Amino acid sequence: MRFTRTSKALGLAAIVALAATGCGGSGGSGGSGQAAGDPGKIITAYSNEPQNPLLPANTNEVYGGRVVELLFEGLRAYDPSGKPVNALAESIESPDSRNWTIKLKQGAKFTNGEAITAKTFVDSWNFAALSTNLQNNGFFFESIDGYADVSAVKESKGADGKTTSTPAPKAQTMSGLVAKDDSTITVKLTQPEADWSLRLGYSAFYPLPSEAMKDPKKFGENPVGNGPYKFAKDGAWVHDQSISLVKNPDYSGPRTAKNGGVTFKFYTDPGPAYTDLQGDNLDVTDVVPSNALKTYTTDFPDRNSTKPNANNATLNIPGYNPNFQGEAGKLRRQALSYAINREEITKVIYNGTRTPAKDFTAPLLEGYSDSVPGNDVLTFDPAKAKDLWAQAEKVKPYDGTKPLQIASNTDGGNKEWIEAVANGFKNNLGINAEIQPFAKFAEVLNLRKSQKLPGLTRAGWQGDYPSLYNFLGPVWATGASSNYEKYSNPEFDKLLKEGLAAKTPDDASAKFNKAQEILFKDLPGLPLWYRATPIVWSNNVVKAETGWNGGVLYYNIEAK
Amino acid sequence: MTRYIIRRLLQVIPVFLGTTLLVYYMVFALPGDPIAALFGDRQPPQSVIDALRNQYNLDQPFWVQYGLFLKNLFTFNLGVDFTQQPIAATLARIFPVTAMLAVEALIIQAVFGVLFGVFAGLRKGKLFDSTVLVASLVVIAVPTFVLGFVFQLVFGVQLGWARPTVGASANWGNLILPAVVLGLVSFAYVLRLTRTSVIENMNADYVRTATAKGLSRPRVVLAHILRNSMIPVVTYLGANLGGLMGGAIVTEGIFNVPGVGNKLYQAVQRGEGPTVVAIVSVLVLVFVVANLLVDLLYAWLDPRIRYE
Repeated sequence: MRFTRTSKALGLAAIVALAATGCGGSGGSGGSGQAAGDPGKIITAYSNEPQNPLLPANTNEVYGGRVVELLFEGLRAYDPSGKPVNALAESIESPDSRNWTIKLKQGAKFTNGEAITAKTFVDSWNFAALSTNLQNNGFFFESIDGYADVSAVKESKGADGKTTSTPAPKAQTMSGLVAKDDSTITVKLTQPEADWSLRLGYSAFYPLPSEAMKDPKKFGENPVGNGPYKFAKDGAWVHDQSISLVKNPDYSGPRTAKNGGVTFKFYTDPGPAYTDLQGDNLDVTDVVPSNALKTYTTDFPDRNSTKPNANNATLNIPGYNPNFQGEAGKLRRQALSYAINREEITKVIYNGTRTPAKDFTAPLLEGYSDSVPGNDVLTFDPAKAKDLWAQAEKVKPYDGTKPLQIASNTDGGNKEWIEAVANGFKNNLGINAEIQPFAKFAEVLNLRKSQKLPGLTRAGWQGDYPSLYNFLGPVWATGASSNYEKYSNPEFDKLLKEGLAAKTPDDASAKFNKAQEILFKDLPGLPLWYRATPIVWSNNVVKAETGWNGGVLYYNIEAK
Repeated sequence: MTRYIIRRLLQVIPVFLGTTLLVYYMVFALPGDPIAALFGDRQPPQSVIDALRNQYNLDQPFWVQYGLFLKNLFTFNLGVDFTQQPIAATLARIFPVTAMLAVEALIIQAVFGVLFGVFAGLRKGKLFDSTVLVASLVVIAVPTFVLGFVFQLVFGVQLGWARPTVGASANWGNLILPAVVLGLVSFAYVLRLTRTSVIENMNADYVRTATAKGLSRPRVVLAHILRNSMIPVVTYLGANLGGLMGGAIVTEGIFNVPGVGNKLYQAVQRGEGPTVVAIVSVLVLVFVVANLLVDLLYAWLDPRIRYE
């Protein structure tokens, strides 16, 4: 989950915008009376310079992610609503959620002619997981038996006295990953994980041609894939300027391109892109600059869309702040939550591009519920907030020597809503609250990691793959990678584990939502709102839409 | 003369060391771990972060980092930036674009600035002079970014005379709009400088002598007034070239020009010490050379000036 300057809002992520055409009739062809598009025309789209060579398992930011997703096709793909459908996989089965058998479709090829077999996947995944290859998304294979060995590291003292870890794998391949024959992969996980198969559409799981593993850096400059698009030519990536993709005529998966190609034009700021769109000099942007949030619907009448996606924002409360510890702390956290007017902030400040949160995950996910018991704490109720705060005062008086600070980088249009929240605390609880501004996201992150932000901290999460667990496990489980405030509740961990081991998706969701009830009692963070991504498009295209995670479905755009 | 040039070029060394040290330290002192910032909420395994820190020498103390940078610089190895792109290739890509933009802007301000300035000076106090004076004041008073957005919207979007942004297609034609915006403010200064200078020189003895000798008006204006009025203008334009090469962050941002300003902004944002310092090093050279050229031009403009 990456936050950048240009996102001007919430987290940008390792995005997974894959989808199936025709599902739910949401494709561009669903409209009536539209002129048939020119299927050979090239679409231009807003983007920015990818941060890494274009290798799927190394791409964990949004601008590289959108290219990789168009260049490659995995075992599964996600339809616009986030439902996984089989792509290269014929079937994915498991009797116990721990031992998985994957059958591949026959005849799939990379654009260089190399056949895609079970061995291709096994090699690609082993490559991604091996710690010496330093792939950013290598940890996505952590559930597979033998990952611990290939990802092993050695800790040593660096020149500046800090501990540094260097890769020291004990094995080159994961023991749990086997190519039985050309079209069968068997996978053994370290523990049952019901939602494991949901992840297989994520870019870390894409197959790689053998040349990629020989010289990853060179390959990443001119990647060869098996997706709906391919590089227009060698050197189609002009650094700091653009990447040109053209339709892959041999592609036969669920995401067939409805245009002749996509050229991503790079902008260091979303403002000029918006202007370019007004002059029909660019066809689609998914980053509306914050100063245009109030006008984009009138600037682009009938040429805008704002669809909710799997993305949330929270205010995290660290357990190491004495004011929020024990029984009094619990009451205070509830009081804070009741004192936030989510409805008004999303309407007035965000102009409807956010919707008030009802849980710790996000809508559009399978098993999502807007009525998890305990979520009434997310309603705005000043009387109740005052009452709870008064109760807390009786248990242990509040130490108000320092104002309650809300930490955030202020470069992404965050200042306005934080001030609104702080004013809510001031007016409804009578405490002194203020924004703790930082110029850059990195500063906040450093302080979070070293437990030096005693106030509230702005946080957000965008799903890597559409699953409730992806919003709960990595963020709130004990010792999880993004659990910077070090929240820990054994009961919550146990329910997550039970959910992962559940036999059916429904059972799993029930457990995950049960686990959320504990979060609502403990309130380690205050859910604020879900994000919707506003996009606008030019007069040159029929329409555009975003997928489950807010990424534009570029392959679905038809030219006029 | 040759000794003068050599002495001037030798001055580059302390200037170069001083600026790079200062800039390197400022980027070093930026808060936050730049590597961690590359990833955001979901961090990759620690070994990946540590490998990157090691690659960019970020695990070393400041003096070692700076020393390694200098060593690499003098062996013509600028290294790679945080996106794993060779910095040398980046410089080779961004400087020609910005140079085109700067030259266009410089031509616009020099040609139009001097032209309007001379006419205003010759017609001191007349309607043309007053109009030009007021207009140039307005141009100076409007901030560049306002001018940029207005031009972009009017000429780029509404009239469609030019592309609203430059992007990947940076050529002389597409750069005209940003060059006009960039050159406009300095144009006003050049105009005013020229005008004042011309007015001063019009009353000089040698002009009266030339006129008394019976030289034609154009010859008096071009050979005597104009040439002698150029010294302050040339000084200003020379200093301005350096500024245009490195300081077009706002204009390049508005028009999405893939040049030095944009890259510099991005690199500072990311805390990429090596990229920032590499760009600044080139800019230092540009400044020094531009100033040297200006000083040499003095002698040509005014033969009384000699170099020792």
